[in-house]
Parts: sequence; C-alpha cells; structure tokens
Amino acid sequence: MNFDFSEEQKLLQQTARDYLTEHCTLEVGRAVLEGGGTHSESLWKGVAEMGWLGAAVPEEYGGAGFGRLELALIAQELGRALAPIPFGPSVYLATEAVLEFGSDEQRKKYLPRLASGDLIGTFAFAEGPGRVGADAVATKFDGSTLTGTKFPVADGGIAGLAVVVAQGASGPQLVLAELDGVKSDTITSIDPSRGQARLHFEGTAAEALGSGGAAAISHLLDRAAVLTAFEQIGGAERALDETKAFTMGRYAFGRPVASFQAMKHRMADVYAAIQLATSNAYYGAWALSTGDDELATAACGTRVAACEAYDLAGKEIIQMHGGVGFTWEYDCHLFYRRAKLLSLSLGTPGEWRDKLIDRLEA
Amino acid sequence: MDFNDTPEEAAFRKEAIEWLEANAERLAPGKRRQSGIAGTGELMKAAKAWQAKKADSKWACITWPEEFGGRSASSMQRVIFNEEEAKFDVPPNLFGIGQGMLGPTIMAHGTPEQKDRYLEPMLRADEVWCQLFSEPSAGSDLAGLRTTAVQDGDEWVVNGQKIWTTGAQESDWGMIVTRTDPTAKKHAGITYFIVDMKSPGIEVRPIHQINDSREFNEVFFSDVRIPDKNRVGAVNDGWRGAITTLMNERASIGSGGSMGVGIKDLLKLARETEWNGRPAIEDPSVREKIADFYWKLKGLEYTGYRALTSLSKGATPGPENSIGKMVGAPLRQDLAAFAMELQGAAGATNDPGDTPFGGAFQQSWLGSPGLRLAGGTDEILHNILAERVLGLPGEIRADKGLAFQDIPTGSAR
Ligand SMILES: Cc1cc2nc3c(=O)[nH]c(=O)nc-3n(C[C@H](O)[C@H](O)[C@H](O)COP(=O)(O)OP(=O)(O)OC[C@H]3O[C@@H](n4cnc5c(N)ncnc54)[C@H](O)[C@@H]3O)c2cc1C
Repeated sequence: MNFDFSEEQKLLQQTARDYLTEHCTLEVGRAVLEGGGTHSESLWKGVAEMGWLGAAVPEEYGGAGFGRLELALIAQELGRALAPIPFGPSVYLATEAVLEFGSDEQRKKYLPRLASGDLIGTFAFAEGPGRVGADAVATKFDGSTLTGTKFPVADGGIAGLAVVVAQGASGPQLVLAELDGVKSDTITSIDPSRGQARLHFEGTAAEALGSGGAAAISHLLDRAAVLTAFEQIGGAERALDETKAFTMGRYAFGRPVASFQAMKHRMADVYAAIQLATSNAYYGAWALSTGDDELATAACGTRVAACEAYDLAGKEIIQMHGGVGFTWEYDCHLFYRRAKLLSLSLGTPGEWRDKLIDRLEA
Repeated sequence: MDFNDTPEEAAFRKEAIEWLEANAERLAPGKRRQSGIAGTGELMKAAKAWQAKKADSKWACITWPEEFGGRSASSMQRVIFNEEEAKFDVPPNLFGIGQGMLGPTIMAHGTPEQKDRYLEPMLRADEVWCQLFSEPSAGSDLAGLRTTAVQDGDEWVVNGQKIWTTGAQESDWGMIVTRTDPTAKKHAGITYFIVDMKSPGIEVRPIHQINDSREFNEVFFSDVRIPDKNRVGAVNDGWRGAITTLMNERASIGSGGSMGVGIKDLLKLARETEWNGRPAIEDPSVREKIADFYWKLKGLEYTGYRALTSLSKGATPGPENSIGKMVGAPLRQDLAAFAMELQGAAGATNDPGDTPFGGAFQQSWLGSPGLRLAGGTDEILHNILAERVLGLPGEIRADKGLAFQDIPTGSAR
C-alpha cells in the first residue's frame, strides 16, 4: 500500500499553488463578486494555458494526458484560491462526461475545445427547489431535441455546451446540447463569484451522450463528487489557515484570542474534520484513478465528509474573526459562500448519505 | 497512490497467513474473538501461551529490532500481520502497555543490562508489565506527581500512591515515575524506575469500574526499595523517559481502540431490528446517522493508512496521530448509544441471551467513557493538536517558574 501522492504529483500541486498565489489572490474573486461579472476571464485563460482544463484529457484530444490524481491536486489548489472560474462544471462534469461516455466523434469534436478553454461546459440537472432524482426530471429528450427548463445551472450563462439530464425513450439519460441560441436568464447566487442561470430548452437540437441511463448519471456524479471534494478540502484548509493567522494577531484580555482554549479546541475540531475529509478523498481518488468498483461507496463518504469539513470551516472562520468577520471587507464570507455553494451542487450531503446506505445495502 | 499490497507486502502477508494457518484455527463465520478484558485468569493464561508461541517463531513484537527478539518489521507489516491474525480464533494481546509503550522506553533510555534482562521476557509475555504514572493529584497534569523516591546507598526508597494502574494485579514489573527533588521545578525533579511488583511494601487494590470489571487499581508504596540499577535514565531526568512512553502510548492507542462492535454490526442491527413493522434501516433518520458513522470511521481508518505511508517513508510518529483517539473514542461512544436506541426499550437490557450481539453494544457503551480518558482526555488531545500541530499558543501556566514544593494543588480524595 502507498496511500499518498507521488513526488511528481506533489510537485505539480506546488506549481499550481505557486501559480495561483501569484495570479489568483482573494482580490481576484472579490472583483468578480463585486463587479457583477460571471468569472475571471484572465484566470480562465491562464488556467487553460497551464493545461489544467485538459489535465485528464488524453493528448490525442488536445489534453495534457495526466490522470485523475493530478487533476484532484489541481482542484485542491483551485479550491484553496477560491478561483472564480467555471472549472468544476466544465472539467469535472462536462469534460468527464464526454471522456467517459462520448462517442469517438463527440470526443473529437468537443474535447479539444473544452481542454483549450474555448468552450465552457456545464451540467444541467436541477429543475427548481426540492430534491430531484434522475427518474423525476421533467425535461424531455425525443432523440434529437430537448424541451424543458433547468435551474440553477452553474455557469449556465457563459457555457457553450451542456450535459443535460433528461427523460429519453427508456428513462433518464445524459444528453449533450450546444447552448448557442438557448435562452438563459441569470439568477443571482449566494456566491456571486460564480454565476448561476436558468436554461430554457425549447426544441433545442441535442444528441444522446452514451447509452448508460441512470447508472451513467450516478457514475458521472460519483466522479465529480471526488474531484469537487479536493476543491472543498483546499478551501477548508485555507479558511483554517486564515483563522489561525487572524486569531494569533488579535488580542483580548491581554492575550492573543488564539490562546483561549475554547478557540483552540474549535480549531482542532476543524482540523480533524479536514483530516477525515482528506483521508476519505484520498480513498475516493484512488478508486477513481484505478476504476475500482469501490468508487460508488467511496464517492459517498468523500462527498459527505468534504461538505461537512468545508461547511464547518466556512462557518467557524466568521465566528472566530468576531465582528469584522461579518463585514464585506474581510474575506470570511468568501469561504462561507463557496462552501455552501459546493455542498448544494451535485446533490446535497443528505442525498449522498441516503445513497451511501443504498449502496452499502446493495 | 496504490491501495493494494506491494509485491513485498503481498509476500509478507502470504508468509504470515501460512504461519497462522499452521498454528491456529480460522474464526468460524459469525463467531467473534474474545474481547480484551485484562485480569481474567483463564484468558490471561491463553493469551500468554499464544504470545509465547508467536515469540518462538518470531511473530511477537515484530516491529522490535532483531537484537531484542523482533524482526525489525515496518509498521505496515505490523498492520498486515494484525489484519490476518484478526481472522483467527486466538486470544487478544493483553500486553500492549509493556510491549507498545514501556519496552520502547527501555530501548531508548535503558542501560544495556536492563535491555538484556527485561525485553525478551516482555516480548514473550513471560513477564507482564504495568505503567505507574497517574496519581490522585497527577492525571492530565502528570508532572504534578508526588510519590517520592529517596536515595539510600545503592537503593531508592519509594513512598506514595499511584492510581488507575491497568493490570497492576497481573503484573510482574512496573515502570514508575517519582519525585526525587521537590525543590526543583516541576518537570526537573522526576526520576524514572523499573519496579518489581512483588517487592515488599507494595499493595495493589483493584478498583471497581463502571463497566463492572476491575482492570485498574490503586497501588500503594510504603518504603518500597528499588535498586539503583533499575533506574531508567539519569537522576532527576525522568520526564524525558516519561515523554517517550506517552508518545508511544499515543501511537499505540491511536485508532481509539476497537470496542468489538463496528459499522458492519450496526448495519446488521438496523436491518434486523423492526420499527413499526419495518426494518429500521428504511427509516431516513437511521440512514442518515449510520451514514455519518460510516464516513467518520472510514476517515479514521484511512487517516491511519496515510500515517503508515508517511512512516514507511521514514517520518517519525508525531502529535497529529492524536486525532485517532480524539475523534475515535467519542465516536465509538455515540455509535454504541445509537445502537442501543435502535433497540428501543430493550436497549436497556444487556443479558447476553436476550440482547443483539450478546450485549456487545451495551458493553461498548459502558466501556467507552474510559477510552475517552485513558492516555489523555478529550481536552488534553485537543490541546495537543491545537498547540503541536496547528502551532497555537500554549496554555497559560500558573505553575511556571515555581519550585515543585511551592505549587498549589488540590485533589478530592
Ligand atoms: C480505563 C483507564 C485506564 C487507565 N490506565 C492507566 C494506567 O495503566 N496507568 C496510568 O498511569 N494511568 C492510567 N489511567 C489514567 C489516565 O491517564 C487519567 O485518568 C487521565 O490522564 C486523566 O487524569 P485524571 O483522571 O486525573 O483527570 P483530571 O486530570 O483531574 O481531569 C479532570 C477533567 O479536567 C480536564 N482538564 C485537566 N487539565 C485540563 C487542561 N489543561 N485543559 C482543559 N481541561 C483539562 C480533563 O479533561 C477532565 O475533563 C487510566 C485511565 C482509565 C480511565
């Protein structure tokens, strides 16, 4: 057993961290959040030039040809930097979907453009408030066109390609639709550094993506859950680091507030939650990268643990900063927002808990 | 990243399985191993016999250096052996305090004569050891200990009281920390000894625990004589040895201990227990709870594997390993309590014949408060993580700079 990343993989992670430290300070996210934009275009370009969008895409399709382990570590750094770009929806969902289920033609057509960043991909599943399993989606696919409304769709306003969950002739399936000409409304978001939209499919031209039905949909979500977890862990680690630094320098009663045991113990709890999430995510990454059957249960544990850790860190960072933590100027809310955004995407932690028991009992 | 055995690990596993097959019976399906309650005579005899058998073929204390009877095995190999051994119907190891904590201290700080005399019988479990650290006034604040040792020629004369000494009634030898200079600062006047538990002047009184067993004891010392050759480390430098012991304690009880019942049993219980005519596992609140136990326990297990991986790359076990006990011990308590709740009113019974899993969840629930105390309380473990891993400021110390004899103490006896 070797339950760790290799030295080369860690080097790649360090490169990513260095790049983002320089090009993605929290100011970059704040500018998007305050400027009413959809994402940072310059960061998106930079990230594409670094080859990260195509990290897991084979070279023949214009990618860098690394594996999922490398992609996971890049995700962790993007999470740490709170990168305001449509990376997750485009890479963990759209690109992964085409890679896993696409025909050779579809791969040739879309992967090079996704890998270069010319085309932004997204994933359209939800159809409004409430929990919706694949069986219950209302959007219809008749073999060549899509009809229905999806919201919220992450980065739906800027994406050019969507992987859509729709009802086909024999149940739910994955469908690929180009979004040129598809009507979309912008929806405001709890994390305005990441756009959300409503997409109206009105007889939109579309094509089937694989023939996997509901199983393919949940497999795609499992893969995305593991990769997203690394992003969540990176964010949680950063939130803890920021909390530590602030509380060491803030004095009350003649002492740094970090020296109060109630504060120390809460930080130890956040640390423990991050460790449990990290360990689950390592296992998930191993299962993902080897194609092991364990991925189905590993993804559930990974997903729930990562949501718990980031939500906890996102909450605690504000409280431990005291009043300034509740101000717009301080960065605490950036973590609070991103943590919740990520734990509401891909199905809530509650849904994944339920899925976990289903899978353990199967 | 590779979760599977390397070729060397696979070869080692094969060797371990072959030896186990030749020397023990596989556990029958559904049968569980006896759990490790020390102090029960028959179990102790069986445990010693199994330990001696392992020692004869060099399968005891495999991580110990070869010169002391081990096979210089890696931590990973120890885990592999333990995994395979757990599939056999063999007695539990009741010698962890000696082999896991005190042996390594003797290896690090003992004289050549001490290593020669004590380590091999410890490994074979021919001699059993206990740890005489805690006192009525010195628990979390261990360096507040007041049992005294006064030099008298070639001997030291020990007076005082230890408490919570696990297995003292079964032990041949003990490792004891004593106060040798009350005028020095707290940590500076402590000396560490090996003491013969059969020495005149030692009285061991078992303490009745909340789980009805009597594993730990009060141990009274009246003019007990310890030869100077049994001193471990220099006079007044015993704190250094104590730290070695505590570091090894944290590493060896890292995972929060297995309490005999786990997530598989919980799932089985939820499947077989009816709630209003339907299996409890169908209830959303039950599913949610079990899912949380699952990822937390898996998280701890994989955290252990990550630690092993870094050990195998040459790192030394550090304070980050405290997370296993900090999270694991309260988690086991919650898991057992939830399993009892699944059983409804009948959760209050623990008659082996009438209670699911022979009352094992109830037993785990009654034992787990002790897990949260032994080897450092929840608060102490939080402090360790906060200070030594996260680098947050240390506790404010009211005793800083004072000679030990001037430090106020209070202890309800
Ligand atoms: C099952 C079991 C087996 C044991 N076996 C052994 C053994 O073999 N040998 C041995 O020497 N000892 C043994 N012990 C003793 C064990 O190490 C102590 O019980 C433990 O360290 C706590 O000390 P205490 O009981 O004196 O509690 P105290 O230290 O008095 O603690 C009381 C409360 O105060 C809190 N507290 C103390 N200091 C702090 C602080 N700085 N910050 C915040 N809170 C604090 C504690 O967390 C606890 O909640 C055993 C204990 C148990 C339960």
